[in-house]
Amino acid sequence: MAYNSMDLAAFKDVWVFCEQREGKLMPTDFELISEGRKLADELGVKLCGLLLGDNVEGLCKELAGYGADKIVLCESPLLKYYTTDAYAKVICDAIEELKPEVFLIGASTIGRDLGPRCAARLHTGLCADCTHLDVDVPKYLDFLRASSTLDIDSMKFDMEDRNLKMTRPAFGGHLMATIICPRFRPAMATVRPGVMRRAEFDQAKADAVEIVRPEVKLTAEDVHTEVVEVVKAAKKIVDLVGADFIVSVGRGISKNVEQGIKLAEDLAEALGGVVGGSRAVIDNGWLSADHQVGQTGKTVHPKVYIALGISGAIQHKAGMQDSECIIAVNTNESAPIFEIADYGICGDLFKVTPMLTEAIKAQKAKKQ
Amino acid sequence: MKVIVCVKQVPDTSGKVAVNPDGTLNRASMQTITNPDDMNAVEAALKLKDETGCKVVVVSMGPPPAMGMLRELLAMGADEGVLISGREFGGSDTYATSQIIAAGINHLGIEKDDIVMCGRQAIDGDTAQVGPQIAEKLHLPQVTYAAKIEKEGDTVTVQRMLEDGYMTVKVQTPCLITCIKELNEPRYMSVGGVYESFKKPIAVFDFNTLKDDPLIDLTTIGLKGSPTNIFKSFTPPPKGVGQMLEGADKATCEGLAETLAAKHII
Repeated sequence: MAYNSMDLAAFKDVWVFCEQREGKLMPTDFELISEGRKLADELGVKLCGLLLGDNVEGLCKELAGYGADKIVLCESPLLKYYTTDAYAKVICDAIEELKPEVFLIGASTIGRDLGPRCAARLHTGLCADCTHLDVDVPKYLDFLRASSTLDIDSMKFDMEDRNLKMTRPAFGGHLMATIICPRFRPAMATVRPGVMRRAEFDQAKADAVEIVRPEVKLTAEDVHTEVVEVVKAAKKIVDLVGADFIVSVGRGISKNVEQGIKLAEDLAEALGGVVGGSRAVIDNGWLSADHQVGQTGKTVHPKVYIALGISGAIQHKAGMQDSECIIAVNTNESAPIFEIADYGICGDLFKVTPMLTEAIKAQKAKKQ
Repeated sequence: MKVIVCVKQVPDTSGKVAVNPDGTLNRASMQTITNPDDMNAVEAALKLKDETGCKVVVVSMGPPPAMGMLRELLAMGADEGVLISGREFGGSDTYATSQIIAAGINHLGIEKDDIVMCGRQAIDGDTAQVGPQIAEKLHLPQVTYAAKIEKEGDTVTVQRMLEDGYMTVKVQTPCLITCIKELNEPRYMSVGGVYESFKKPIAVFDFNTLKDDPLIDLTTIGLKGSPTNIFKSFTPPPKGVGQMLEGADKATCEGLAETLAAKHII
């Protein structure tokens, strides 16, 4: 029988695409398996990890340990490096054969290449870069109560609705939208890395892993791109606008510029972010112009913006006040930066920054 | 040879974003710009034109005011514009949009040495989905996140960015490439270019122009043909007043790091 993405009853189970690069799983895989587990439980179905690669069977146990009931494993030398053609073909074949109702993909640069290609081929809906997922309506309403200005109790909802509710930010986070895919299956979502909570690893589940191997029908003729090389960047390019974490320095570093910048760099590195600066810092030549945040520099909205020794002139605020979380360190307790900071520390950046760096490193180590 | 560049007119979200009381975007009050990543795609196409003398066609789907944007791109150096516009196309999600734009590109015709270029993503929706979906609908190989493009004969070599580096990928034309801002610095319009732009053609493709393409079916385009629907849209609650933390010592820093971790901020 021909594959029909509108035959809703034919689809069940939740699938998670488990991305591996050079035989190593990505951290997002564990986040998505953990989140997928919750959705599968709400739907009363199984959770399957979908793993593609060349000789990657050894990764299956680890995925199962975070909650996957089954691993759908597709191996071929042609799947060693990611190519859109090979991965999309194998995945679409597997979906057409095994018919999951939900399919989650990490929103990495690879996931965001793969997801739309598959959704277009399978004729189904895909929601990009989701930050929250629900099936159960009561749980979704709890989420709305906490995360929106909507008056939930005056609204009517179908409490039996079983569609996957995929929530994502739009317009730079000024607006949130919950998307559904009611008429087609699988409902597909790419999910923002780092957002979903990773479950505890369960050795018993890992040992009980069940592996399914659908036939891989892939030949070299199916692949129209050739990966010539894969290069790891030695150093991150300064990309203020796209950065999730920015540590900016201001005039407060003037008593020891070199040391101040070094401390900011250490903190940025601990966070996986980049260093920025206020206009004073750029005008004095302490940092190059591509680091400037503010009206004459770049407008940024990272997840976290840490302002070290920045007083918070209106021009600077214009460039960073839409950051999701602002942390300010300044010796002057009446500095205007504290008016827009989520967390303020009145203190000397030269003393506070190293302690904050250590504390953040310790927290991140705990999460690993 | 021609390069077809898909562009979108978007509200400028770098300024103030106005939201209506019902949670929808107040587009009327906002400035519009050409989507930034699309400008990099246009520049990449114009560079290929500088090198090879190929033709550059800019294609946009949107309401009639997008015509002004197309005129600006012609002033930058593109040769022809196409505005895909029609009531039937309104409310399309990425799937339906890609059906329509792919049909528009089919109408222009894709030849052996042609390239389709798109920006990686538009700043209004941030989905990055339309490019790959057009590629699928046109059965073209795709390379996304291009930070460097070199063309030699019918082979295109692309530096494709990853989170922690890049991949070098070779692909044959015809193909579709999505561009990121690291690729280039878009040029400005010249005075002569502005003058010339008014002599260049802008075609309008409406439902009637495209209706014979198998991709154009009222069940696969527009609001009704879109697999995804908006279930709810809402604004996040206003930020609470920030707090000054007690002290500036080790305990303060540890407490803050713990809070950030608990809120999944780090």
